[in-house]
Amino acid sequence: MNILKFKKWYLIFSLVVLVPGIISLFIFGLNLSIDFVGGSLIKYSVPENIKIENIVAVYEKNSVTVETTSRGEGNLIFIRTKPLDVNLNNSINKELQTINKNISQVSFETVGPVVGKETTKNAFVSLGWASVGILLYIAYAFSNIPKPYSSYKFGASAIVAMLHDALLILGVFSILGHFMRIEVDALFITAVLTVIGFSVHDTIVVFDRIRENLNKLPKSWQFEKIANYSIVETLNRSLATSLTVIFTLTSLYILGGSSIKNFVLALLIGIVSGTYSSIFTATPILVLWESRKSRA
Amino acid sequence: MKILKDLNFRLGLISALFTLAILVVLPKTDVKIDNYLLRFESQIGGYAFSLFNDSLKLDLTDFKKGLDIEGGIRIVMQANMTGIEESQRQNALDSAKEIISRRINFLGVSEPNIATSKINNDYRIVVEIPGITNVSDAVNLIGKTAQLKFKKLDPALPWSEDKFLEYFQTPSSWLDTGIIGSDLKGVDVVVDNSGNIKNQGKPQIQLKFSNQGREKFSQLAKENVGRPIALFLDDSVTPLSTPVISQDLANGLTNDPVISGNFDMDTAKNLSIQLRAGALPIPVTLLQQETLGATLGSDSINRSFFAGMVGLLIVFIFLVYRYRTLGILAGVSLIFYTILNLAIFKIIPVVLTLPGIAGFILSIGMATDANILIFERYKEELFWGKKKQEALELGFDRAWNSIKDSNMSSLITCFILFQLGTGPVKGFAFTLAIGILVSLFSSIFVVRTLIGAFKRS
Repeated sequence: MNILKFKKWYLIFSLVVLVPGIISLFIFGLNLSIDFVGGSLIKYSVPENIKIENIVAVYEKNSVTVETTSRGEGNLIFIRTKPLDVNLNNSINKELQTINKNISQVSFETVGPVVGKETTKNAFVSLGWASVGILLYIAYAFSNIPKPYSSYKFGASAIVAMLHDALLILGVFSILGHFMRIEVDALFITAVLTVIGFSVHDTIVVFDRIRENLNKLPKSWQFEKIANYSIVETLNRSLATSLTVIFTLTSLYILGGSSIKNFVLALLIGIVSGTYSSIFTATPILVLWESRKSRA
Repeated sequence: MKILKDLNFRLGLISALFTLAILVVLPKTDVKIDNYLLRFESQIGGYAFSLFNDSLKLDLTDFKKGLDIEGGIRIVMQANMTGIEESQRQNALDSAKEIISRRINFLGVSEPNIATSKINNDYRIVVEIPGITNVSDAVNLIGKTAQLKFKKLDPALPWSEDKFLEYFQTPSSWLDTGIIGSDLKGVDVVVDNSGNIKNQGKPQIQLKFSNQGREKFSQLAKENVGRPIALFLDDSVTPLSTPVISQDLANGLTNDPVISGNFDMDTAKNLSIQLRAGALPIPVTLLQQETLGATLGSDSINRSFFAGMVGLLIVFIFLVYRYRTLGILAGVSLIFYTILNLAIFKIIPVVLTLPGIAGFILSIGMATDANILIFERYKEELFWGKKKQEALELGFDRAWNSIKDSNMSSLITCFILFQLGTGPVKGFAFTLAIGILVSLFSSIFVVRTLIGAFKRS
């Protein structure tokens, strides 16, 4: 099986998939939830028989997205939405009154973001440092590969694959955010981090096999042939591992609660991309890079 | 370690750990046996220990759960902005928020939600805290106005450098001077340019006194040349800082005095935020306090929990289908892994939030991956014509490199995220790191032992 025969096409394919997302990120940005931008916090006192869903339905009818809800003691219901203007709030209240006269708004206030700019900024900064850490670790762990191959290229290729996966989720959610109004909340940061962790983990397994085979297989073999051989050898494992994670996530997506659906979706996209990128992004980049040097 | 090679010892160690972990994880459960042979009544699980006169406490009664999963209390405080300039109000509110979050951390609660809010001309701080049992204590602590106090060393006590630690730890050696936070009109972080080589370029904290405060402080400085004064925030037992009054300072307060010390930029900034909050005492009053349900909704949590279990079951079936007996052993070790992990969460304790659980699930994936790596390698070696026993040994040996490197890189990521990240990012990194460490133990040590035991029988 010669997987790497089409290596340039894989990279082109990655670009084709990534570019719309990146463009969307630049034009539309991300559809940030109340966690990032702040919003309105509304409190109702309701009769016993009124459920949270009844109230949410009225909001949705007025095309207001309800972010989170919770029920407090003494039949209080809390609703969080994007910043709501007073007129809309009044008309929603009137409509709620028609459902039940005893629904009353206890308070209406505008709150600042829960996830401050600091948290988001820190997440990006730590991501940068984590990349440096991973790069150095791979460079160190792979330092015993035979010359003329460079362990830094292994590290850098793994980082590129990782950024590929992170950009893909960001891009996809930017597009989903614009066209389907899917929002990015505080959990999204976690999803991106999870995917990045998985991506590097997955890539290292493939690279590790290349390292082993560089010492084991005949010296006359080209780097590309060795890399291809290693991918084929680890293919079963790559698929098996991804399948187990995908099983768990799919089950969470189909059966799990609605409040974590977007989170799980981000993970699913990221894990699939992470598996794909180890074989079809990280390795082709490494091969192109290393082969160029040996030819020179 | 020779003893670790002994199969019986390994089995014993694993059983002991497993039993211990189950006892830790179990909530308080009644055990009742009542038949003609034996009558026995007891309670197991949900233990709470306290050792060495409360200096070491271990509360295993329940998992600590975050706001998203368990709910908590919600406190709304109103800030009194009279006497504060319009332009300074948002700043004052932000520093009050900062102080409050510090106080909540002091309570040992992690991942609270703190937000500022402005309605018309009302400035408010909304605090949501998970899993608080003593609500009134929390409200008292949070609602107090921050007060900075300058205190002097009791004139009856002699001063020398080596007495420092003793005085530092004894609140009674410090006396009130009447100078408090409201005598300051501002606090800044400046870089030392005094020409003092030792401190050149280091950050310092500059105190800007009001006219009245300046007079009071000059007086204090004159009386305490060469002796320390202490800055106390609120009613904390240990002072925030204990600068020694220099001769220059006592001669006359020409410039704004600075506190120098071995600060890095971050601590200097934090200290100045705290002082500034003390300097701008915006009194906050409790507006309302209420209990909150879980923000994710208990229905959603139950469904997600169920879904997670179904997912694990499918993984189990997949492992057994693909690796037969080995798959069953890996499945058993996964159960062991899950319980051991939960026990560690309870002991530390880790506040369980959705991001934390995501970290946990990812680590389950990585634990399974270690086993898949070993088993796939085993199959490969079989394919190359090795004998079963030898192939298994080779599988463990050769997969180890991949397992080590991939997990090390994940641990590095966790470490960096934990150091630099905030809030949910920290929680995620922490649970993932614990999960990875436990997974290495369970997927290698435990699986290997189980295979050994299985072959023997």
